[in-house]
Amino acid sequence: MPSLPNDNRLLRDYEHGFVSAVEEELVPPGLNEEIVRLISRKKNEPDWLLEFRLGALRAWQRKTEPRWALVRYPPIDYQSIRYYAAPKRWTAGEGLDPEIVNTFERLGIPLDERRQLAGVAVDAVFDSVSVATTHQKLLEEHGIVFCSFSEAVQRVPELVRRHLGSVVPPADNFFAALNSAVFSDGSFCYIPPGVKCPVDLSTYFRINAAGTGQFERTLIIADRGSEVSYLEGCTAPMRDENQLHAAVVELVAYEEATIRYSTVQNWYPGDDEGRGGIYNFVTKRGECRGPRSRISWTQVEVGSAITWKYPSCILRGDDSVGEFYSVAFTNRRMQADTGTKMIHIGRRTRSTIVSKGISAGESVNTYRGLVQVLPGAEQARNHSQCDSLLIGNRCSANTFPVVESENRTAIIEHEATTSRISEDQLFYLQSRGVDPETARSLIVNGFCREVFKQLPLEFAVEAVKLLEIKMEGSIG
Amino acid sequence: MTDARPLLEVENLEASVAGKPILKGVSLSIRGGEVHALMGPNGSGKSTLSNVLMGHPDYEVTGGAVRLLGEDLLPLAPEERARRGLFLAVQYPVAIPGVTTVQFLKACVEAVRGREATKAAVFLRELRENARLLDLGEPFLNRPINEGFSGGEKKRMEILQMLMLKPRMVVLDETDSGLDIDALKIVARGVQRLIGPEIGVLIITHYERILTHLPPDHVHILVDGRIARSGGPELVRELEERGYDWVREPATAAASEPD
Ligand SMILES: Nc1ncnc2c1ncn2[C@@H]1O[C@H](COP(=O)(O)OP(=O)(O)OP(=O)(O)O)[C@@H](O)[C@H]1O
Ligand SMILES: [Mg+2]
Repeated sequence: MPSLPNDNRLLRDYEHGFVSAVEEELVPPGLNEEIVRLISRKKNEPDWLLEFRLGALRAWQRKTEPRWALVRYPPIDYQSIRYYAAPKRWTAGEGLDPEIVNTFERLGIPLDERRQLAGVAVDAVFDSVSVATTHQKLLEEHGIVFCSFSEAVQRVPELVRRHLGSVVPPADNFFAALNSAVFSDGSFCYIPPGVKCPVDLSTYFRINAAGTGQFERTLIIADRGSEVSYLEGCTAPMRDENQLHAAVVELVAYEEATIRYSTVQNWYPGDDEGRGGIYNFVTKRGECRGPRSRISWTQVEVGSAITWKYPSCILRGDDSVGEFYSVAFTNRRMQADTGTKMIHIGRRTRSTIVSKGISAGESVNTYRGLVQVLPGAEQARNHSQCDSLLIGNRCSANTFPVVESENRTAIIEHEATTSRISEDQLFYLQSRGVDPETARSLIVNGFCREVFKQLPLEFAVEAVKLLEIKMEGSIG
Repeated sequence: MTDARPLLEVENLEASVAGKPILKGVSLSIRGGEVHALMGPNGSGKSTLSNVLMGHPDYEVTGGAVRLLGEDLLPLAPEERARRGLFLAVQYPVAIPGVTTVQFLKACVEAVRGREATKAAVFLRELRENARLLDLGEPFLNRPINEGFSGGEKKRMEILQMLMLKPRMVVLDETDSGLDIDALKIVARGVQRLIGPEIGVLIITHYERILTHLPPDHVHILVDGRIARSGGPELVRELEERGYDWVREPATAAASEPD
């Protein structure tokens, strides 16, 4: 089924790079009102949602692509992209295309009821649609709604309507507007008051079709006193062309609710010459709407040709807490411009930022962060730690931390370091029998420890392995 | 109790660092079961010798040979030397942020003794046992290695690594420096645990103290990159009494005290 040259070194490096032979339904390339209406119709959407999309489209048409990030790429022709691709056989009634089941199987995600992963409910998204969501029964017992976005629009339209765009408005930025106009599918999750979600919830995104963008939309609502841990994983086939991924994720945490959102992003990064790879322009934002609520973002970014991503927290509720833990690894010609925004609105709001950037090859790795304290945020606190590690001397690392404080009682601390793997550390490990490659990956893992500690255990193990694979051959 | 074949042979070894010659023809032969002491003034080249033995990339070997159990060590990378049974307790242990002692030792033991030795239950039992012998409590095992450790703790951590790697030939570069009386005993106890007819030990030190716990069979004095004098344990006493000037000018010394 996969048609890849066997001697390709990348294969070892990017084992998810296969293409599945699935029959897909595609809309013609291009973006205009017709296409937006077509997508909305295919999904049988209510009028308010169509209006939401059309409003976003108009906003997008007025906007220009942002150019402030430290990433370089040829102009994207938005009219040549296909905004919708769906496998023909994916609804439960018709039976899932076995090739899709196979695809997820190869990615380590069994969709079969009897063999589902223990302890985690998975929503599997294949190109533009969610194809399966596991552990439905258990979740329903707790009153938890966890399903594809399209399904949520039908099942709990009021919840969706009240929250969609309430954290990331449709006209927020160029890519968010694009997503709001054409978003295809994604995951929806609602945790009722006082419920501690019994399993981790997870979405696995898979881009398969060529010439297609992926524009998923995720909305997670944690009602008063509830708790949920959400994991996101992503892969794509290796293709010579660049593919666009412009997602929007919105989180809402009410009073005393906690949302932990973890991502391991391993989109195809392109080859040695920088050919191909995913352009990852993502808007992720959470709002701590109620007092004492907490939102924690943990991301491990090891893929994509370009990453443009700033998972942020709006700390509206008094005593609410925002956290951002990030590892961004770039290699070859990869470019990452990532960081976070912490907006302190409520009193005694606290935020923590831990960013670990590792650059190798000829890559560019940038941390960009904003800590904003509004006048009412009495005694707000922030601590930021941004560390960069350079491997080799053709890569670069940048740190742009911005602080805007309008309240004198706020305490804001920022620490930043840039280092290389020291020869002393390498020799020390070598003198204990460890080969240099293993030694480097051990040192890098140590460098990332604070972030990996935040991940659920299996995810952490996965992240460590992934980083090891990515580091192989990164020393030129 | 000594083996016929030398464990470590150093022959006329010359080495320089940053273009400057430091070792100017050093020869040593250490057999299994033997403890050797290497003494000498600051800057005489003791650490240089230990680094060259281990294969540190900053040091250039310009002449001579080093063999471990008959095998030429010089072409081998440091990790290869370690896997063949050479261990160096370094003068200045290095911290590796975020890598716990357990993780560190697991990687080292796996590399030197193979995967079998790192099976969870066996490995942890052995590690705890050795740590207890060295009076290193559980918290040390879960802390990033050498990060924020006191001088004495770092030295004990070197000995812990030695015990876990089970080397044949051990070089202790001033492991006794900066240790209090109790810690010195603990370190000596650790080395005694390893010592046996198969094991060779080279103790680099400035003090007689450690040698009372680990009595040497041979003592060498390195001055300006050359072994100025070799002898038995009595050399240590003489050195304590007369200082290095006595060996610095061997010609004068020999002339005034013929024997
Ligand atoms: N990496 C290096 N770069 C430059 N000079 C070095 C380096 N390593 C050692 N030297 C020099 O080589 C000489 C010998 O140093 P070495 O560390 O071997 O001495 P030592 O006998 O161990 O001294 P001490 O008793 O103080 O530990 C010194 O002059 C030292 O400055
Ligand atoms: Mg020294």
